[in-house]
Amino acid sequence: MKIVLEHLTKRYPNRNRKIKTEVIAASDLNLEIPDGQLIGLLGPSGCGKSTTLNLISGLEPPTEGKLYFGDRDVTDLPPEKRGVGLVFQNYALYPHLTALQNIMFPLQNLKGENRPSKKEMEERAVEAAKLVQIDHLLERRPKEMSGGQQQRVAIARALVKRPGVLLLDEPLSNLDARLRLQTREEIRRIQRETGITTVFVTHDQEEAMSISDSIVVMKDGEIHQIGKPQEVYDEPVNLFVAKFLGTPPINVFHGKVQSETLYIGKENVLSVPGAPDGAVSVGIRPEGFIPDADGAFCCGLDRVEIMGRDTSVVFNHPELEGEQGRAIASAEASASLAGESVRFTLKPSKTYIFNADGARIRFGK
Amino acid sequence: MKKNNVKAWLYLLPAIAFLGIFMVYPLIDVVIYSLEEGYNSASQSFFGVGLYNFSYVLHDPYFLQALKNTLILVVITVPVSTGLALLISLGLNSIKPLKNLYQTVYFLPYVTNTLAVGLVFMILFKKTAYSEGLVNLLINFFGGKSVDFIDGPYSAKMLVMCLYTVWIVMPFKILILTGSLASVNQDYYNAAKIDGTSRWRTFWRITLPMISPMLFYLIITGFIGAFKAYSDAVALFGTDLNASGMNTIVGYVYDMLYGNSGGYPSYASAAALLLFAIVFTITCINLRTRKRFQF
Repeated sequence: MKIVLEHLTKRYPNRNRKIKTEVIAASDLNLEIPDGQLIGLLGPSGCGKSTTLNLISGLEPPTEGKLYFGDRDVTDLPPEKRGVGLVFQNYALYPHLTALQNIMFPLQNLKGENRPSKKEMEERAVEAAKLVQIDHLLERRPKEMSGGQQQRVAIARALVKRPGVLLLDEPLSNLDARLRLQTREEIRRIQRETGITTVFVTHDQEEAMSISDSIVVMKDGEIHQIGKPQEVYDEPVNLFVAKFLGTPPINVFHGKVQSETLYIGKENVLSVPGAPDGAVSVGIRPEGFIPDADGAFCCGLDRVEIMGRDTSVVFNHPELEGEQGRAIASAEASASLAGESVRFTLKPSKTYIFNADGARIRFGK
Repeated sequence: MKKNNVKAWLYLLPAIAFLGIFMVYPLIDVVIYSLEEGYNSASQSFFGVGLYNFSYVLHDPYFLQALKNTLILVVITVPVSTGLALLISLGLNSIKPLKNLYQTVYFLPYVTNTLAVGLVFMILFKKTAYSEGLVNLLINFFGGKSVDFIDGPYSAKMLVMCLYTVWIVMPFKILILTGSLASVNQDYYNAAKIDGTSRWRTFWRITLPMISPMLFYLIITGFIGAFKAYSDAVALFGTDLNASGMNTIVGYVYDMLYGNSGGYPSYASAAALLLFAIVFTITCINLRTRKRFQF
């Protein structure tokens, strides 16, 4: 089912009543999620991504704006009439019920004609359990299951009613690193198999990038960028998005543009045709540095970390934000690095410049 | 290691000594008293050892009356007070304005003196030469006949006693239950809401199981508390409880020790041990049922 957010806004009164201004949790969100896609809502904590999820689920009513599922306006519908499945961050499995009873719980709430027979309920619950591969654990209580298994029960419970939309709130945050990798593949598989439109919230950019069809980067209740993971990574619209995506993170320098040439410190590092003169922030992805004895950009060399396939060159520079920067280079290119300093040539496609407000300044090739 | 052991015992000594002198020794003494037949506290002598004291107590009509009163009190007040406390806590939990005020009001009886409360109940229920009592005035207003709640029929007296007990034990239960209701993770309710769970079902299938450990705690302590009732009866019916037929088991023990018919520590000990046996049995049953509800 297609999900459309139209000028969706959520404001809370300030908790301190003396302050009259309202807290804006979600501001004028416009977003169209095509049917059958997996969308990652990404942002630092407090950016409004969970609020957005609650708005979609109906647990919180919006202050303004409209929400559509397909062509149906669901803005004023209570959550149970929207046909959504929601997986909570802590799973919210009922501790006194077994896995099977937990999965059957939503079905038992159905009334009248919609209510399946007892046998049918059990069949559907087992079917959902099979989908998430926990059909051998049905008699266990949540306490007797691992975090990953509980997570699967929670997903099965969300799916058993065959909702049109599946919402996942930080689905992997309670799992250990290994299980996280496994489970995110699992979520992807389940989403593919069911073809259900899925929105999941995360603060982990790697998680969002690895499984989403599209990611939505949010900050302070606003959507900053929407797009395919690779597009957003390659073409960030502003400094925040550039900094938020990517491990290791982007290196940011203070620089300036003078007659279509980019300067960091006193060095002329790159030609930037079309960019206006002025002070800028320069973001360079770690893979944007090419070690080159004749390179234009000189940095102090701290150390070279060898990671097998490639090496990570840790450097410093007076104009760098933060103490150390990190470049990733192929093992051959960095084999001869030694001494106090290192010279780089910059890849124009991996170098972004931003004005004082953080907005991207594009320059022609 | 051995040295440490000695030290550990040394540290424990004050507690052990205290418990030994004031708990273990008296407990053993109670058992000994209960087995000494014809014990005379003045001459500190007795005829023999046996179970006669228990037999006497179990055949004493006053004890049987006290046992009956106590059982009625337990059976009525524990479920009623727990149920009412649960209803009130649910109410308190679902209102926002004035919540704190109501919580304070409901907690007030807990910090009020039992005897003072007894006095208030007397004013409400007692018929004197000067007034009918507030409750009787109400009954008259609705066309009923006056009832003497304090010196009248047994059922009327029992009713007052139960009302009084419920009223006095409820604040603590409300306090505990509002606390445990508030501590149920909101996500469970949100999950239930997403799934369209009716309020009734949410209560039975989610709220109740979630607070059941606290509920069991309250029921067990409620049983024990009700079995040990005494001061409440005194507050309402005066010290001569046998005469008014409103004695409780603890009251019987007290009377045997110090009352008009006092001076019988052996009978008192036997009655106390019988009470202990009853409370112990019921608590064991309670704990066993509780296990089935644990998760």
